[in-house]
Amino acid sequence: MSKFFAKLYIWVLLVVLYAPLVFIAVFSFTESKVLGSWEGFSTHLYQNLLTGQMQGNASLLAAVKNTLLIALVAAAFSTLLGTIAAIGIHNLRGRKKKVVTFLNNIPMINPDIITGVSLFLLFVFLHFSQGYVSVILAHITFCTPYVVLSVLPKLQQMNPNIYEAALDLGATPSQALWKVLVPELKPGMISGFILAFTMSLDDFAVTFFTRGTIGLDTLSTYIYTDARKGGLTPELRPLMTLIFLIILILLVIINVRQDRMNKQNANR
Amino acid sequence: MSKRSNWSIPYVVFLVLFVVLPLVLVLVYAFQDNSGHFTLGNITKFFTDKDALSTFAVSLEVALENTLLCILIGYPAAWILSNKQYNKSAVTIVLFIMPMWINALMRTLATAQLFTMLGITLGKGTLLFGMVYDYLPFMIYPIYNVLSKMDKSYAEAAVDLGATPWKAFWKVTVPLSMPGVTSGILMVFMPTVSTFAISEFLTNNKIKLFGTIIQENINSSMWNYGAALALIMLVIIGITSLFSKDKEEMEGGLI
Repeated sequence: MSKFFAKLYIWVLLVVLYAPLVFIAVFSFTESKVLGSWEGFSTHLYQNLLTGQMQGNASLLAAVKNTLLIALVAAAFSTLLGTIAAIGIHNLRGRKKKVVTFLNNIPMINPDIITGVSLFLLFVFLHFSQGYVSVILAHITFCTPYVVLSVLPKLQQMNPNIYEAALDLGATPSQALWKVLVPELKPGMISGFILAFTMSLDDFAVTFFTRGTIGLDTLSTYIYTDARKGGLTPELRPLMTLIFLIILILLVIINVRQDRMNKQNANR
Repeated sequence: MSKRSNWSIPYVVFLVLFVVLPLVLVLVYAFQDNSGHFTLGNITKFFTDKDALSTFAVSLEVALENTLLCILIGYPAAWILSNKQYNKSAVTIVLFIMPMWINALMRTLATAQLFTMLGITLGKGTLLFGMVYDYLPFMIYPIYNVLSKMDKSYAEAAVDLGATPWKAFWKVTVPLSMPGVTSGILMVFMPTVSTFAISEFLTNNKIKLFGTIIQENINSSMWNYGAALALIMLVIIGITSLFSKDKEEMEGGLI
């Protein structure tokens, strides 16, 4: 009996959690301007989205491109900077280590709006013109700490002698770096990259304050401006539905692979 | 080996430039007037501005209520999910996290639209619902993490020694899961205080939260007052993060 109620509780929560997403998905198949009014089944919005033929809303596709571009560049730089930083932090001792770790925590504890406002003031103060570069720098700021925290555990698990052994056996420091250290840190770097990428994709507040006035839009700021103008671009509905499907498929693949790996390990 | 500690230098420079200096600038701008002279005016303006003060009070209230609701709804969920008797697959927890990958603003707008369609007036109730909806996964996940790593034999020992299951739960399981609850509180309370946009959408601009007035001031070029408000928020964050004694040991964290 208690099992029934436990399951019921979880399912009720999940239904509530997914209701708005299902709502968007259902209404992506009708042409109405407003979300929530049904005007008959149609795949017109999907056609508009995929052919890019939207009445005066071509900037939606530009926003999607910007979002992906910024996330990719920011995640790549964060991974590079964060991995080098993690190696450095791992080799620091005592007080210095504490200070750097504390500094690394600040961007994670700060709410987005503080990060956004403070970076906005920085760019104003430095007379740095705001646009792509300022947004990417801001994203690197809040993404890198997550990379550092993903790579550090790998360094702690690693046998410190294998790097030295490579050097003793005649590897140059750069060979030892690329052939020994990087392969060891790779899983941490990958999960750091993925974390950074998703944090960047999802960001609204920091982008909002650092994008300047050149009309740079990411998906988040596009939706915000759109909603404030009243009425969302209808094509956002199929777009969100497609994004949701892609994530769903990716998660299924990851889970199936993990399941298979677990089973293989169990069989050994 | 010692030379490799130098590898942290580029990042330290980066942190000083993009984290420390910006925060110092918040402090500097907060205590300056338009022409760059020192003033306490921005701070006193806040404490004499009735609208700003009531917005501040409402934000704290909403954040507290949201955090409490997230604990009340999220703890049982995390407990059930971590209990092998009720839930055998890790997929269910992924289902709870997945909506977070969809743009938060879009989800919020859809929620607001759903309320409107159901004939529910947008206001305090819908605001809280939307907030819980947005932040519940951040409460469930850290508690789930701690609960699923916890040694179940402690609670079993309590029952063996004569405690009722209910008592064992309150005296053993709950205290042991507190690190998860603490990091859940940190991940829900602070973002709620600082949120903007979400509250505007969920209440049709009827209820303003603190984040919104910061944004309005910055966007209308009232940088100094905006910085002062941001500074006040930073103080609140400082106080809240004292709750978690050692952040490095936030083992229930999302990471």
